[in-house]
Amino acid sequence: MRGQVPGCTVHTPTTLIGALEILFAEKGAWRPLAGGTDLMVLFAAGVLPFSRFLNLWGLDELRGIETTSDSVSLGALTTYAEIRTHPLIAAELPNLVQSAWVTGAMAIQNRGTLAGNIANGSPAADTPPSLLAYGAEVQLQSLAGSRWVPYENFHTGYKQTVMLPEELITRIRVWRPKGDNFHFFRKVGTRKAQAISKVCLAAYARAEEGRVAEFRLGMGSVAPVPMRALTTEMLVQGQAIEELDGQFIAGAKLALMEDIRPIDDIRSTASYRRKVSANVLGQLLEEMVERFKRA
Amino acid sequence: MARLLDVIREDLELTGTKEGCGEGECGACSVILNGKLVNSCLVPAVQAEGAELRTIEGVASDEQLHSVQESFLHCGGAQCGICTPGMVMAAVDLLKRCPHPDEAQIRDGLAGNLCRCTGYGKIVDSVAQAAERAIQVAEESRS
Ligand SMILES: Cc1cc2nc3c(=O)[nH]c(=O)nc-3n(C[C@H](O)[C@H](O)[C@H](O)COP(=O)(O)OP(=O)(O)OC[C@H]3O[C@@H](n4cnc5c(N)ncnc54)[C@H](O)[C@@H]3O)c2cc1C
Ligand code: FES
Ligand code: FES
Repeated sequence: MRGQVPGCTVHTPTTLIGALEILFAEKGAWRPLAGGTDLMVLFAAGVLPFSRFLNLWGLDELRGIETTSDSVSLGALTTYAEIRTHPLIAAELPNLVQSAWVTGAMAIQNRGTLAGNIANGSPAADTPPSLLAYGAEVQLQSLAGSRWVPYENFHTGYKQTVMLPEELITRIRVWRPKGDNFHFFRKVGTRKAQAISKVCLAAYARAEEGRVAEFRLGMGSVAPVPMRALTTEMLVQGQAIEELDGQFIAGAKLALMEDIRPIDDIRSTASYRRKVSANVLGQLLEEMVERFKRA
Repeated sequence: MARLLDVIREDLELTGTKEGCGEGECGACSVILNGKLVNSCLVPAVQAEGAELRTIEGVASDEQLHSVQESFLHCGGAQCGICTPGMVMAAVDLLKRCPHPDEAQIRDGLAGNLCRCTGYGKIVDSVAQAAERAIQVAEESRS
């Protein structure tokens, strides 16, 4: 029994307030436990530096996908399987569905949660690019109150976030796209299922009067944190669709190679990641132009 | 923190569920928890309290094999057998969600289950045959 480690405590609060009280009373002593698909791997390997777990799985307050006319709000414990099968998300925020599809396989998708994916802080996670492309916000709550943080400000460094030890992620909010919009998602890995990304890229664009009125590009596995490619975004945003020709796209690809900060690691090399990112951007822009010209 | 897998194998002594990797990669430990396919090596046992659990031991009813088990036998979907309980659980889950899967859907449904023996071809055939049989049985019972 590899999982049996003496001295480990699991506490199961029955309400969100109960959970927040424990986190507040003993700051930093308790580790939130959601679906366990990240934590249990480390736990079984005996490499987790903590032994007290706050079991969130039963907290219904952290579940459910709520929609208003403007936004979609996903409870922290929303699983990939729930995202995959939500009709409104599929229709309006397809990049999120794509992120869920490419994460692990079915058994992981039934347990892994959205909040767990972002709190874990891996730069190679697959929902962050989509959340960045959609300008998502994260709700953090403690006994002292709650705050909404733009997701693009959530990660402060490799595996570091703005979240305080007494805070929990309670919801993730995404605004519903309006107007004439385009969505693109691509994960590049060694195989289709269960592979960690070498590069992951998601984009959202909106066209207005023949111009790119909005363009956001979220990227994974190309920097110590999931990141927006801001220089590339600025280049594309405001451009007339007619002017997005081969020469422009070649320039945008060069800009992206400068925007990102990939490294060599066991999964890939920095130069491969630069090249693939640029090529995927090229494909994205071509598809975007075609899509907006059709409208 | 005991894992659901430990409780199943050690406490309940239901050793049909296997441990391969112990880290969510291979699917040998697949079970159906509250109607959902999970890797029992990654589920903390406390999170299964009060839940409905179906392991490979609960797939056949009395002496009657499940149609998925029948077709694994018929098509040669099992060789050494270590992956088979997990494969069968994943297939049972897939056919419940998606009774008429095409090959891509079968491969997606089994994507979290690794097999080192069969090369997957006969496993995919087994699941396709189980789906066909289920349709036949439904049609026969209607006519
Ligand atoms: C075989 C396998 C394949 C995988 N494939 C992928 C993949 O393709 N892409 C990918 O991105 N990931 C993948 N993962 C990683 C993992 O499944 C995801 O990161 C998952 O979303 C984690 O969610 P969880 O609920 O299981 O997190 P847990 O393991 O429960 O927790 C992860 C971290 O988040 C913290 N946390 C959880 N919920 C909260 C909250 N509400 N507030 C504050 N902190 C919280 C925990 O304290 C912990 O630090 C894979 C994992 C496995 C085992
Ligand atoms: S033993 Fe659980 S997935 Fe391999
Ligand atoms: S039959 Fe041997 S691993 Fe699948």
